[in-house]
Amino acid sequence: MNLKQKIALVVLVVACAASLGAGWMAQHSYAEQSREFISVPPSAQFWLGTDELGRDRFARLLYGTRVSLLLAPAAALLSTLIAGLIGGAAGYLGGRWERTVTAGVDLFLSLPWLFLLLAVRALLPLNTSPVTSVMITFLLLGCLGWAAPARIIRAGTRTLVNSDYLVQAAASGVSRWRLFWRHLLPNLRPILLAQFWISVPLFVLSEANLGLLGLGVSEPLPSWGAMLRELENYSAVLQNPWMLAPAVLLVIVVSCLQLLLRTEESVAC
Amino acid sequence: MLARLGLVLVVGGAVAAGAANELRFCLRTDPKTFNPLLVEDESSTTVRFLTGGVLIRLNRYTQELEGELATKWKVTENGRRIDFELRRGVRFSDGTPFSCQDVAYTIRQLMDPVLHSPVGDPLRSAAGEVETTCASPSAASVRFPGPVADLAAQFDQVAVVSAASPRKESAVLGPFEVGEYKPGEYVLLRRNPNYWKRDANGHALPYLDSIRLEIQQNRELELLRFRRGELDIINKLDPDMYDRLSSEMPHAVLDAGPSLDWETVFFNQVDSAPLPEYKRSWFRSTDFRRAISEAIRRDDIVRIVYHGHARAAAGPVSAANHFWLNTAVKPGSGSEAAAMALLQHAGFRRSGGALLDSAGNKVEFSMITNAGNKLHERMLALIQQDLARLGIQLNVVVLDFPSLIERISRSYNYEAVLMAWVNIDLDPSAQMNIWVSSAANHQWNPNEKTPETAWEAEIDKWMQAQNASQDPNKRKAYFDKVQQIVADQVPMVFLVNPNALSAVSPNVKNVTPAVLSPQVFWNADRLQIGGTLVSQR
Repeated sequence: MNLKQKIALVVLVVACAASLGAGWMAQHSYAEQSREFISVPPSAQFWLGTDELGRDRFARLLYGTRVSLLLAPAAALLSTLIAGLIGGAAGYLGGRWERTVTAGVDLFLSLPWLFLLLAVRALLPLNTSPVTSVMITFLLLGCLGWAAPARIIRAGTRTLVNSDYLVQAAASGVSRWRLFWRHLLPNLRPILLAQFWISVPLFVLSEANLGLLGLGVSEPLPSWGAMLRELENYSAVLQNPWMLAPAVLLVIVVSCLQLLLRTEESVAC
Repeated sequence: MLARLGLVLVVGGAVAAGAANELRFCLRTDPKTFNPLLVEDESSTTVRFLTGGVLIRLNRYTQELEGELATKWKVTENGRRIDFELRRGVRFSDGTPFSCQDVAYTIRQLMDPVLHSPVGDPLRSAAGEVETTCASPSAASVRFPGPVADLAAQFDQVAVVSAASPRKESAVLGPFEVGEYKPGEYVLLRRNPNYWKRDANGHALPYLDSIRLEIQQNRELELLRFRRGELDIINKLDPDMYDRLSSEMPHAVLDAGPSLDWETVFFNQVDSAPLPEYKRSWFRSTDFRRAISEAIRRDDIVRIVYHGHARAAAGPVSAANHFWLNTAVKPGSGSEAAAMALLQHAGFRRSGGALLDSAGNKVEFSMITNAGNKLHERMLALIQQDLARLGIQLNVVVLDFPSLIERISRSYNYEAVLMAWVNIDLDPSAQMNIWVSSAANHQWNPNEKTPETAWEAEIDKWMQAQNASQDPNKRKAYFDKVQQIVADQVPMVFLVNPNALSAVSPNVKNVTPAVLSPQVFWNADRLQIGGTLVSQR
């Protein structure tokens, strides 16, 4: 691990610790509306100013980080696992299995997911708590986000299966099970990790977009996605650049994750 | 390549600049029809307003009826008959003379069941034929089978079409005629050379040569184009856009004051709704509804959500509606103590941080609104905190609009809803479809076979009475009673009346913004580009 990666690790640990200690660090509740302090700039009382309802941006950023840093990776893990299972099996087994899975993935990607999501929202009970609502959202993202990574994992698996060392191992009588666990899976790890880390920011942004459909994190619970939606008002952003804090934090966290990913890749190789 | 590019840029510049004496603004969608009798959507209504000639026009600024193609009119037989004296020497845009026969033809078309004109709906007062008689080419009498409430005002929406012109409904009597239409791009309205009206100095109206209506759905792009000077008017702005624009172009924004529109909350009181019985009993409790109304701090909604561009609403009549407003009705106080007293009277009590009903059920309910509406989302967040002070847990749910309509109109699977109501009519008869208990839009409990409560029966009685009477003062007295009952029983919690906000380029002259639609261009025939008349006609 080089210096950059050590710094990245420290930054991530600090971000995680700050989000977990939000109750202790923030002076205000994320839901508290200080209606006399609407959209005020940073001050000793409100470190990142307040939003348009007078809520402390700093508190919302910390709690939003907790929601997004916990649930987006969980959803990314779920989708990567499903993708690894389906794409890996298709690439490894080949033949009609591969053709079936490829066709299935194409079909899955062509489905109008917008309408499915709307139907899902219509089926949910209205008195769902904000916490349940956010968990359902990320569960949905995890369950629906596997198809594109599955394609890449299938192609990667296929390449590995046809590689000389795997052909030689198979020819020397190594069992299929051992071939998969001992030789194939460790070499697929960089692809799986890459898909995982790519999915994390994607799911954070997807959660923000789902808010427009009535899915996603409901009031008053904050999330990065919900805070990023405020950036639509670009003139307000120009006047209040501290509104960019969630976007900056997202970039920093994803960059740190990418730096650490390189460590993982080098370990895997 | 460079030369070609240069040519394209020059041509583009010429298109963007438009004609010198041309007004430019946006329609959200393509007009669905150019037939003035079939108009339903907003874009077609705009085109009809600018092109159609009417017998009587409601002055959007003074809120008084004024003669247009009719110089005089008289309503008789208790609202069954109206006699018009028609303006002489008027011609359609293609030169065809205007006469009583055109009025008769328009009424026939309007009432034709095959055509099923939505414009004619308010005139269908009872079963039977509508008779139009022409005593002379300039005298028309229209007799309806039953009384029509506010009969004269209904003709503000009826554009007269020609009985004799080969161009049919394309021949118009309004200040402009449709010159060109490119679907998805624009509608170009050209000056009607035969328009009858002149200004005080004898100049032929309209002053403008043309109006270009650009089809533009994206409101951000519309704002951007206005700032660039590519558009002259934005007829309706939301408060955020208004504030953004006012910081850059303070002389371009107009706030005409509270509009007729409402923002309201109502609770599901439908008998067959899939609700637990204890929740239904909350929603049917007058004290509970009044407590919610008292607890909501409307002043905060006005200040925080609308940045001051709204007024706290007390009832179904906006302060903009000068004649019909019952000034005795006041909005909820926003007082936590007053709300708590009402709840205690209804058997609710605080336990810890939560509010419990008399059976010990925790008071928690959901409130739905349409997704993508930032104003509604902010309002709900404020209401959520206002109610939390009483110990009520409000779950905020945003739904796509079709799902919301499905829930409040068909499945009744909801608890409370926050909705905007667009009101374009000053007259209370336009609200019959909301207040009469048998109406489909009696939203908290639609289509009641008989009134389910004494106060709904009372509202029915006074609404029918005002609708049947032709005496404005009696009608006002009856509708005042309706407003008082609504204030006492709170079937709907009225939150605010948003202001009518617009943007007009300083280059456009004679603008007199009004709260009634169309706010900025209601006097389009007198609008001018620049300071002087471009051509003397």
